[in-house]
Amino acid sequence: MSGESWNLFLMFGFFVVILLAAGLYCILITRNLLRAVIGIELLVKAATLLLIIIGYVTGKTALTQSFVITIIVIEVVLAAIAGGIALRVYRHNNTLDTHLLRRLRG
Amino acid sequence: MNIDIILLVLMTLAALWTVMGRSLLKATIGLAVTSAIITILMFRLDSPMAAVFELSVCTGLMTVIFVSTISLTKPLTHKEVVALSKARMKRFWYLPLILILLGAGLSLIKLPNYFAETVISGIPQDMRQVLWNSRQLDIFGQIIIIIAGALGVVILFEERRKDEW
Amino acid sequence: MPSLLILIPLFGIIILNAFSKKMSEAAAFWFAFAVFLAQILLSIFHHPVFWAGHLDSLTSFFNVSFSIDSLSFIMLLCIGIVSLASLLVARYTLFNEKEKFKFINLLIIVSIGMSGIVLAKDLFTMYVFLEVTAIASFVLIAFNKDAHALEGAFKYMILSSVATILMLLGIALFLLFSNSTSFEDLRSALSQYGTNPLAAFALGLFICGVFIKGGLVPFHGWLPDAYSSAPAAVSVLLAGVVTKAAGIYTIMRVVASVCGFTDPIKSLLMLVGAISIVVGAFAALGQNDFKRMLAYSSISQVGYIVLGFGVGTELGVMGAVFHLFNHSIFKSLLFVNSASVESEIGTTDMNKMGGVASKMPVTGATSVIGFLSASGMPPLSGFWSKLIIIMALWQNGNYIYAAIAIFSSILTLAYLLIMQRKVFFGKLLHGLEGIKEARLGMVATSGILAVILIAFGLFFPFVFNALMVPLKGILIR
Repeated sequence: MSGESWNLFLMFGFFVVILLAAGLYCILITRNLLRAVIGIELLVKAATLLLIIIGYVTGKTALTQSFVITIIVIEVVLAAIAGGIALRVYRHNNTLDTHLLRRLRG
Repeated sequence: MNIDIILLVLMTLAALWTVMGRSLLKATIGLAVTSAIITILMFRLDSPMAAVFELSVCTGLMTVIFVSTISLTKPLTHKEVVALSKARMKRFWYLPLILILLGAGLSLIKLPNYFAETVISGIPQDMRQVLWNSRQLDIFGQIIIIIAGALGVVILFEERRKDEW
Repeated sequence: MPSLLILIPLFGIIILNAFSKKMSEAAAFWFAFAVFLAQILLSIFHHPVFWAGHLDSLTSFFNVSFSIDSLSFIMLLCIGIVSLASLLVARYTLFNEKEKFKFINLLIIVSIGMSGIVLAKDLFTMYVFLEVTAIASFVLIAFNKDAHALEGAFKYMILSSVATILMLLGIALFLLFSNSTSFEDLRSALSQYGTNPLAAFALGLFICGVFIKGGLVPFHGWLPDAYSSAPAAVSVLLAGVVTKAAGIYTIMRVVASVCGFTDPIKSLLMLVGAISIVVGAFAALGQNDFKRMLAYSSISQVGYIVLGFGVGTELGVMGAVFHLFNHSIFKSLLFVNSASVESEIGTTDMNKMGGVASKMPVTGATSVIGFLSASGMPPLSGFWSKLIIIMALWQNGNYIYAAIAIFSSILTLAYLLIMQRKVFFGKLLHGLEGIKEARLGMVATSGILAVILIAFGLFFPFVFNALMVPLKGILIR
């Protein structure tokens, strides 16, 4: 791989890792169920960005675009179902806060 | 190259806004902005189809899903919001620090280029052909997932007409 | 033509849902029954017309090559049997007509997903069907919408999504040096760049993701909650196949077809397997809830499978796959019995049960067979698979691991016997005089599963030649 595209890959990879860290931090620290779902979405976006940059650097843009489209479909369905489950939890307990939920069950 | 760096930094800021946003709505808007910037990056990286998909689905559909879910859950009273956000800020301020440290650490790692020169063979294939001809099982999987998602949404979102049991 | 295994259930679902007003639950039930039965029969009798033949009209439109070897056959058999068991349990534990209809639809989708994982020849396709299975199982776990189940489903969802991300990152990094994500391309790319740190990192990421999905220690946090809080029929499905098809089969396929049995991989698998066995066994000792104990026991048994597979010799692989099959059968049997007990008594707390076998004789007897097979008592099939794994470890010189395996076998025997005595034998507790035997469908299911365990144990030499020896073909030389 040519030096310039490798540098490009490294630069993008750097920001992908930062995005991953942000999303992971979001999932670990939040107390709100819906924010955890947003964190997951951030992680997936980081992964799709990595796929795209690798596709560009190695010339396989067609393959990676197919992958990304499939992944986006999967993610939308996941977000919808996660939202549904969070909604159900809310309807049961009137709260989305994980600390309060833990206290409720004892 | 310069535009890429600017876009990437903007994307990081948008992601920070998403994680640290005070209310869920601000987080959702931050997510939409991050998606939009990623769309622009995808356009610059020769992936127009994926960019369009990401724009329409992630920025549009997912924001709609999140906002509708958020609106179905009752917001907290104002006092609770203020108390909650103060506690949150204490926890979440670590994030920019962590990211800056991580960034500094990463920039010290220098990965040498191992891989041989890959020859980009022939005409770049059209994505539509690749998806239809060689990735049929994936398309199949997408159909099944959409059906599963529809079933799941029907099951999970139905109103309870009987009393609680 | 194997694509029909996936296409026919899909069209069935579309038709069932399109005419859902007119279709009754019975139509869905018998359709699912027929599909699973067909899958079982087709994977036992390898009719060449189905597996190797081509339908011209179909090929012109749907031209995919599937991976059909003995490992896939065994997995398809497991999937068929456990899905059928789950279907029968669902028929007698769910109460609403409309709910049953939706449940059967989701069950068919999970089955399609798992069959897709098993038949895929491409890493990304395997990932897509893994997601199909995962999403359908989230909805299934949260099906009854009670508080525990929702929390279990949410925890499973978060951890499963993290696993997904890890796998995606691994796949993306693989694309740096491979032409596509199919197994052959990956194999040739890894043989060229195998020692590259980036390649090893990508493989490591992917395998970590798969460990999370398979519920191996230290990534097993979601498993006890998900198994114990799910509705009864879903627990049968989860414990019987989903964790195995999604997690363990993927590891086996990746190691056998993509990267080969290199030394670091073997050591990693054996280490993780051994830790899972011990942690699962110890944790199961202290449980009060029937299903939670079975969940920890599952972690332990899956550790056996991974340990046996990590040895890398033919004997190890054969033992691992056979134990996978056995575990599907006996764990499903135990969960079906827990469903029977729960439907009669109304709880899964073991402190509230005692002497159940005097009122529910068939359930008690089949549970005994299940427990004995799980602890490895001859002549049941569980004994043979554990014996082969221990023999493979011994032959390979891993004496410490063999000792751990034998010791944990004794531990397994201990907690299962305690449980068996507590719940089924002993004095009948006060409030339990009125219970009767469970309904015929569930009893028949446990009976058939128990018969399979006994048959595979007694006719072991025949089983060995028919099923195990062809497995040699899946290893890369």
